[in-house]
Amino acid sequence: MTELLVGTKKGLFALRGEPGSPFEIAARAFAGEPVEFACRDPRSGRYLACVTSAFYGPKIFVTDDPAGEWEQAQGVELPEGGDTALVRLWTIVPGEEDDLLYAGGDPGVLFESRDGGLTWELNMPFWEQPTRPEWNPGAGGMCLHSIATWPGDSSRLAVGISAVGVWLSDDEGETWRHGNRGLVARYVPEESREETLALCVHNLHRAPAQPERLFMQFHGGVYRSDDAGESWIDIGAGLPSDFGFPMVVDPADPNSAYVIPLVADLDRVTPEGRVRVYETRDAGASWTARGEGLPAREAYLTILRQAFGGSGSGPSMELYFGGTSGDVFGSGDAGATWSAAATRLPPVHSVRVA
Amino acid sequence: MAVVRLRAPLSELAGGKREHELTGATVLDVLRRLEQENPAIAGWILDERATIRQHINVFVNGERGREETILAADDRIHILPSISGG
Repeated sequence: MTELLVGTKKGLFALRGEPGSPFEIAARAFAGEPVEFACRDPRSGRYLACVTSAFYGPKIFVTDDPAGEWEQAQGVELPEGGDTALVRLWTIVPGEEDDLLYAGGDPGVLFESRDGGLTWELNMPFWEQPTRPEWNPGAGGMCLHSIATWPGDSSRLAVGISAVGVWLSDDEGETWRHGNRGLVARYVPEESREETLALCVHNLHRAPAQPERLFMQFHGGVYRSDDAGESWIDIGAGLPSDFGFPMVVDPADPNSAYVIPLVADLDRVTPEGRVRVYETRDAGASWTARGEGLPAREAYLTILRQAFGGSGSGPSMELYFGGTSGDVFGSGDAGATWSAAATRLPPVHSVRVA
Repeated sequence: MAVVRLRAPLSELAGGKREHELTGATVLDVLRRLEQENPAIAGWILDERATIRQHINVFVNGERGREETILAADDRIHILPSISGG
């Protein structure tokens, strides 16, 4: 039995089922509220949800039972008395120490929890970056949406921000530096590209089996890094479009990555009215369409950056993604075949396997 | 004392009470007092800047109020979500 956590514009849905079959709604929480992201910490079994009420602001909630009561986590806020408020929370990622979790949000902020998500603290060195006044948001806000830990080494972190590029730390977040060499911001004039900070990272994932390798979906470009994020190589050739948001990697295969291309930044739907996932198993040298069972005509879906998740590895890896159409699709064979896991949900913000 | 009226979910965060008698010279003072007496409501009405959240409306005796609105004894303050959404 697989459990999916689907964050939507109108609440969190916990779906349960078997790959290849329709899933059932086991629980709905935060009815009416936008749930940007939800996950389950595999170490504790605790569920965590990022909820951004239009009225009451962004919060993290935790529970041991998604159908039961949720408890508001404490400390998810910016320093009092400043001129900035927390806008939204985009992701939660387990760290490499017991009970350590990271959360990322808008405006380009990183939080840390050392008690499994009950209390959080703002990472102050990142908050106090001297260049912060020059940072600019992407269309979705200045979102810190990707946090890549280093298996077995809690000192090393990479984070991705739209639109402030990649940031790297080798000392548990005490100091930070850019990791942007090779990224090409095609949306700024050529003469500004070398110096620009406006680097719109859409998604960032580390290959756990080869941690110095990362994959990135950029705002126009798919990239790979083989030096822990210091520099980047364009691997978008062979895709119908190198624009898109979500990304998944097979944790056992450092040459693997999955993306779901959209037409372009001015037309953020699946190309040619066909829904297809693209897979590489050679580190981006080539890409293969994985669309068997997915809508093949008159299907113009938008899949947001957190709306693609997986579990397991190898040929039986499970993959799931959801669209703003409210459809969720799943594969139990690493993308070879797909079927509808759920339909007619609210617009999907995030999909993770619990 | 001003009387602050809350609806769910704010009333649930404030001890399950819909009405709260609170002292304060301004709306901000009263909301701060509400947070002090009910820590669970901190961050739900006021953000980190001590600003009333964009989609929360505060009415003082039926008129729109702001953080700096001066209060008199027996003023009635309603905290309501705005008519917005999608």
